[in-house]
Amino acid sequence: MKVLVTVKRVIDYNVKVRVKSDNSDVDLSNVKMAMNPFCEIAVEEAVRLKEAGVASEVVVVSLGPQAAQEQIRTALALGADRGILVQSDENLESLTVAKLLAKVIEEEQPGLVIMGKQAIDTDNNQTGQMLAALTGMPQGTFASEVKVSGDKVQVTREVDGGLQTVELSMPAIVTTDLRLNEPRYASLPNIMKAKRKTLDIKTPEDLGVAVKAHTQLLKVEPPAERKAGIKVASVEELVDKLKNEAKVI
Amino acid sequence: MATLIIAEHDNQSLKGATLNAVTAATQIGGDIHILVAGAGCQAVADEASAVAGVTKVLLADNAAYEHQLAENVSLLVAELGRDYSHVIAPATTAGKNLMPRVAALLDVAQLSDVIRIDSEDTFARPIYAGNAIATVKSLDAIKVITIRGTGFDAVAAEGGSAAIETVTAVHDAGISSFIGEEMAKSDRPELTAASVIVSGGRGMGNGENFALLESLADKLGAAVGASRAAVDAGFVPNDMQVGQTGKIVAPDLYIAVGISGAIQHLAGMKDSKVIVAINKDEEAPIFSVADYGLVADLFEAVPELDAKL
Repeated sequence: MKVLVTVKRVIDYNVKVRVKSDNSDVDLSNVKMAMNPFCEIAVEEAVRLKEAGVASEVVVVSLGPQAAQEQIRTALALGADRGILVQSDENLESLTVAKLLAKVIEEEQPGLVIMGKQAIDTDNNQTGQMLAALTGMPQGTFASEVKVSGDKVQVTREVDGGLQTVELSMPAIVTTDLRLNEPRYASLPNIMKAKRKTLDIKTPEDLGVAVKAHTQLLKVEPPAERKAGIKVASVEELVDKLKNEAKVI
Repeated sequence: MATLIIAEHDNQSLKGATLNAVTAATQIGGDIHILVAGAGCQAVADEASAVAGVTKVLLADNAAYEHQLAENVSLLVAELGRDYSHVIAPATTAGKNLMPRVAALLDVAQLSDVIRIDSEDTFARPIYAGNAIATVKSLDAIKVITIRGTGFDAVAAEGGSAAIETVTAVHDAGISSFIGEEMAKSDRPELTAASVIVSGGRGMGNGENFALLESLADKLGAAVGASRAAVDAGFVPNDMQVGQTGKIVAPDLYIAVGISGAIQHLAGMKDSKVIVAINKDEEAPIFSVADYGLVADLFEAVPELDAKL
């Protein structure tokens, strides 16, 4: 079975985000970029399926600028077999990304697609579900456990009240939550080996998908700042403040 | 103009998050209809019909919708949604699972976690873990939206008398099935609905020590939450996680105990009205958002606080 895994190039999660002074967007010039953390978990899961003999090949796909090749190479160093970059400098909204991925899936015919549940830049949490809709596949979102058996996959999902397990007919789409696994680090020999793995580049035009804007970003502002509070010296003072000043207990 | 709201429910009762979504719909204007899709869920439809401001309840009661599998319910919502200008669900795990699938079937975008409505087509939503707020205009004819509950007060659960209309359309995609669930059982309030929350982090040391917080929570009528670090360490289950990818909360009082305050955690609680931080590290970032900070060993301070209340 072939597994397709997607990775997104985003701002490194340790970087403090700043809004541009003209409020047009966040400022991404000269900031460190990295693979979206949920995508790292997706790559790890795909590689583990290959190591367990369940997957025969792991294909990694990214969509975005030429520089997203870095994130594909990272995934190849972690154990993916080959990469595909759908290259575009335009703003690709979730629905467009899902349409492009649907075309890639049509060509690649994977048995399982593993994606991060959301990217930490736009925090949308949409693409996996949209791709599932467009391909008519079932979806196991927010996965904390994935078990493949025969032509079915059982996915345990992190939901508001606890955990839910569903069984999906494959091909299926899984989106990863935080506790699915702990991603490994790439070793130096594997990083070197990854440089020789195949990385194909396509464009939205190659795939026959028009990049369309469904939304327009009007402005981006910093959130309201919380006023710095005070330090209290004792539990007694804390109780007094909560009762008499904040009046919340 | 009319809005279709997807009810959050468990076939027995209507969940509070639905009431915040109704408030958002009220701000948009026009008729407000609620879809209750489930099995044996007449009681939920009855509850929904009493919600203030709701003009009609659509009841789709069929075994295919029992566990609200997105594969089935999305087909129903996409079919019904064509007649609406807005389709809204709470930004819960159920809403987040369903709505992008609906949007793709309708060939429109989906706007996630909306916290403010500026007009019928313009909305504000947090991005980058709440470190920026984007104002976005939808260019689609149908706006598919999830609503973050902390951005909107709940409407009154009573006072309305909407008619209940039965929807007979049955959509069973036949590609997914429900196997089981492990739901947390607690007598305490739900995290997203609680007016007071006591949360523990890695500083708690282990799961047993959360008993200290539970005792305090019971005195305050509070819910108990946790940071990602505490959940990842296996102290407590995932449904207790507050943060960017866990639950977003905004109670009247949030007491953070042994939580350092990573931005991913702050993203989930910094809209709380009053924040208290108890941490022995006076440099912990949590103090930068706390109204009242107490630098102390939590194992001494929490029992003392418990005793003084």
